[in-house]
Amino acid sequence: MKASHLVVGFGALATVAMAAAPASAATLDTVKSRGQLVCGVNNSLPGFSAPDEKGQWSGLDVDYCKAMAAAIFGDASKVKYVPLTAKERLTALQTGEIDVLARNTTWTMSRDASLGLNFVGVNYYDGQGFMVKSALGVKSGKELNGASVCVQSGTTTELNLADFFRANKMTYQSVVFDTSDQTLQGFESDRCDVLTSDQSQLYGLRSKLPDPSKAVVLGDVISKEPLGPVVRQGDEQWFDIARWTLFAMLNLEEAGVTSKNLAEMMKTTNPDIKRLLGTDGEFGKQLGITNDFGVQIVKAVGNYGESFERNVGQGSPLKIARGLNGLWTNGGLMYGPPIR
Amino acid sequence: MNQPPKPRIKPWNDPRIRAWVFQILAMAFVIWLATTLFFNTLENMERRSIQTGFAFLDRTAGFGILFSLIPYEETDTYGRTFFVGLLNTMLVSGLGIVTATLLGFVAGIARLSSNWLVARIAEVYVEIFRNIPLLLQIFFWYFAVLQALPSPRESIRFHDMVFLSKRGLYVPAPVAEPGMGWVTIAFVLGVVATLLIGRWARKRREETGQGFPIWRTALGLVIGLPLVLFVLMGAPLSWSLPALKGFNFVGGGVLLPELVALWFALTIYTGTFIAEIVRSGIQAVSHGQTEAAAALGLKRGQVTRLVVLPQALRVIIPPLTSQYLNLTKNSSLATAIGYPDLVNVFMGTTLNQTGQAVEVVAMTMGVYLTLSLAISAVMNGYNRRVALKER
Repeated sequence: MKASHLVVGFGALATVAMAAAPASAATLDTVKSRGQLVCGVNNSLPGFSAPDEKGQWSGLDVDYCKAMAAAIFGDASKVKYVPLTAKERLTALQTGEIDVLARNTTWTMSRDASLGLNFVGVNYYDGQGFMVKSALGVKSGKELNGASVCVQSGTTTELNLADFFRANKMTYQSVVFDTSDQTLQGFESDRCDVLTSDQSQLYGLRSKLPDPSKAVVLGDVISKEPLGPVVRQGDEQWFDIARWTLFAMLNLEEAGVTSKNLAEMMKTTNPDIKRLLGTDGEFGKQLGITNDFGVQIVKAVGNYGESFERNVGQGSPLKIARGLNGLWTNGGLMYGPPIR
Repeated sequence: MNQPPKPRIKPWNDPRIRAWVFQILAMAFVIWLATTLFFNTLENMERRSIQTGFAFLDRTAGFGILFSLIPYEETDTYGRTFFVGLLNTMLVSGLGIVTATLLGFVAGIARLSSNWLVARIAEVYVEIFRNIPLLLQIFFWYFAVLQALPSPRESIRFHDMVFLSKRGLYVPAPVAEPGMGWVTIAFVLGVVATLLIGRWARKRREETGQGFPIWRTALGLVIGLPLVLFVLMGAPLSWSLPALKGFNFVGGGVLLPELVALWFALTIYTGTFIAEIVRSGIQAVSHGQTEAAAALGLKRGQVTRLVVLPQALRVIIPPLTSQYLNLTKNSSLATAIGYPDLVNVFMGTTLNQTGQAVEVVAMTMGVYLTLSLAISAVMNGYNRRVALKER
């Protein structure tokens, strides 16, 4: 753990100290000449990004990386995944170790404004919650006065936790670990009464417990956690590619284009869908990628809804409902600006 | 006598001038490199719109810290988190240095014991624990200790005053009441008097060869004197007892499992190296010294205390210093088990909340450098005192 901090720390020093690398070097050209997209992901968060036994990565965040690679190369396998802890992630992006960060990262003003980074959008609307042992019989976060709380270092979670207890005039003990696996270990071994994290993560972590029924996720949501991909500031083209990859996934769902009906949809006369699939107009070219990037994305990972259901929704062990993450047409917050 | 005429050397052939020129050139290169790195860093960070500077130290931190030696609240600044972390690092390093030294000296002397069993036990201890990576040992103590202990509600209790559970060891904490100040003063006086008497006794022994019962005197001065005053003042001390309230204990003092695990691991790991250093130091004292001392009629304890150890210390101190430095630096592994040391608090949470990696990393490195140099300075001073004085 210490070593990895040092690596990131020195990496930060080295890259920013070395002879002036132009900040606006075209990331797209670098990625193309490398032949691979380097994507920072969570090291193990079921549903968002986790490798299976064969080392194949999957999850909602991983699908975003794949979609981006598909949009650029027409090949979703051209991604190198770099697993990062919460502490390392932003530095890794700042120093150029990764091209894009898709690691359930909360969009906050200070991160956006002071770190030389830009948030692309939101690919999952989350909120912070609490997980406790069922045996404690706790029903609400307000009953947690005096509790020991396991929390991951370097997250917005740590700040919200302090705010929540302070606002409710309660005391707590925060036990801070580097990785979410360690927080789970602390929770399992009873070092903490409570594990706090984003709700989606709590469900993922709970599924890792030997007996998930022994823990409950409380109903309280104590913060807004809009999670989204992040890129470095100063390369507008790259920022746009990252952003429209996300919007394309949303628009594909809204237009009803799925990985299954793609062949029929290619023949459509609907002008919206034609622009989306690149059979009409030059929209991809304007970004420096191919016009059919929508097709490549849907071939690789499907539309946003398909990706959601497969990774965290009904097709997954997590069974999270769409809720806020539904399309705006279904009462959710997901909304892709029009392609035209 | 005729002085031979001094040969005129051209300045570029004069070795002294040359030496100076090369040193100035080398120095200029180093300074140039450092300033270039510094300004390049600043410029590049500015170009990438990354904030720089130390203004963040005055901003509100907003996060909680498990354990602090100075009062700390979420509303305090990032600057204060630095000191909280620093003190926690110093606490565990200080505790570790004391216990590792004790353990190391005991184990080192035991390895040379004529008792077969004692020597073998010490050997096994050294060989096992110095060959297992420290991080593993920290995890072992943390999770082994944690798994074995009961939850707070079922904690092992001792007369409802001492509670041992997964949340740590809760003990009654003394609360000073008026009058305690006098007892403290008596204690300080006792310590000072002991030091002075110790010096006098040593001088007298060196001059006249007469011994002095320094240990008994010290005991009386350091413990007896304050105790008498304590009773006279009517025991001005009350106790805050820990009590289970809701999830956790309230009141009393606590020894957190994170601190204990880290302290144990550092002590046991570094103790093995110190044991070997002590053994080598003792073996470096020639056997003739022991025999000569015995021939003079010194008792066995006196031989060790007055003849062997003072000479062994000369060999022991320099490598011992390195071990102290290692222990201090190794304490940064605390972050793995969530003990809030400098790396965990400042280079962990603070770095991430502010994003100012370069400043935070530089400050942290500065701290470890300063701590190490300070320990070195103290130990070098001590080394000069025990070093062989050429006469």
